[in-house]
Amino acid sequence: MAGKIDPMHQFTVEPLVPLHIGQYDISLTNSAAWMLAALAVIGVFMWGGLKRQVVPGRWQMAVEGLTGFIDDLVQVNIGPEGKKFTPFVFSLFTFILVANLLGLLPLAIVPGWHPFTPTSHFSITGLLAIMSFGLVLIIGFWRHGFHFFSLFVPHGTPWYMLPLIIPIEIVSFLVRPFSLALRLFVAMMSGHILMEVFGSFIVNGFASGSPVGFGVGAVSFIFIVGVGALELLVCALQAYVFALLTSLYLNDAINLH
Amino acid sequence: MDLQSAKMIGAGLAAIGTGAAAIGVGFVFGSFLQGALRNPAAADGQQGRLFLGFALAELLGLMAFTVALLILFVF
Repeated sequence: MAGKIDPMHQFTVEPLVPLHIGQYDISLTNSAAWMLAALAVIGVFMWGGLKRQVVPGRWQMAVEGLTGFIDDLVQVNIGPEGKKFTPFVFSLFTFILVANLLGLLPLAIVPGWHPFTPTSHFSITGLLAIMSFGLVLIIGFWRHGFHFFSLFVPHGTPWYMLPLIIPIEIVSFLVRPFSLALRLFVAMMSGHILMEVFGSFIVNGFASGSPVGFGVGAVSFIFIVGVGALELLVCALQAYVFALLTSLYLNDAINLH
Repeated sequence: MDLQSAKMIGAGLAAIGTGAAAIGVGFVFGSFLQGALRNPAAADGQQGRLFLGFALAELLGLMAFTVALLILFVF
C-alpha cells in the first residue's frame, strides 16, 4: 500500500466513550484510556512488590530499586529536607516513564489499533509542568514568604550588575514550566514521527517492487531497529530529566541559593 | 516564490538548529567522558550534572524542531 506518509495521524485524540454534560465534552478519549492504562501498570507493579519480606524476591527487588533510585535522586539534590517530596517526584517519574514506554508498544500489528503516547501532547506535559512549578511557588512562599524573591539575586552579585542579572533571573525562572513541558513533549513527538516516517519507508519501499525500493526498505529496516533502541533510551532519559529538574527547582525553593 | 514553497524552505532552514544542538550534546557527553576517564572515582557523583547539561543543550534543538513544525502545520 504505497500511499502518502501521514506522520501526524497517530497523535489524534479520539473519543472512545462519548459523554457530554451540558456544553462540556468530558468523553473518555484514547489519551485518557492510555493514561489509565499507565496507572494500572504502575498499580500492578507496585502492588506486586509491597510484600515487605525481609529477604526480597525478584519483584520486590525491582520495586525497591525504583523507589531507592528516586530516593537517592531527591536526597542528593535537595538534602534531608527533601524527604517529604520523594512521593511527588516518584509519581512524576513513574507516570512519565510508563506512559512513554506504553506508547512504544508494537500494538499496530493488531488491525485498527495503534498505541497512543499521552506524553506526546502539550496539554498533558504542560499540566505536569504546571503541577511541579506550582508546587515550587507554594513551597517557596510558604517557607520564605517574600524573602523568596531573593532567588532572583544570586549570592555575591556586584551591585552594578543587578539591573542586568535580575531581569535575566526572572525570565529564566518564568520560562521553567514551558521548558519542562516542551522538552518532554517534543522529544516524545519527534521520536514517534521519526519511527512513523521510516516505518512508512519500509512499507512503501517493499511494496514498490523495484530493486531500488527494496534497497531503501532494507536500509530503513536496519535503521529503525537502532532508532527503536534509541527511543527506549530517550523514554527513560526524559522521565529522569523531568524528575531531576523538578527536584532541582524544589531545591531552589527550599534552600534558596 | 509562492507561499507553500517558502514555507517548506523555511521549515528546512529551521531544522538546521537541531544539528547545532547535536553538536552541543556531543560536547556535553564528550567533555564528561574526558573528565570521567581522568578521574573515574568522581564520575558517578557528577551524573546529575551530566544529564542537566544534556537536557539544557537538547532543549534548544527541540525548540528548533518545534519551530519547523509550527511553520509546516500551523501557519
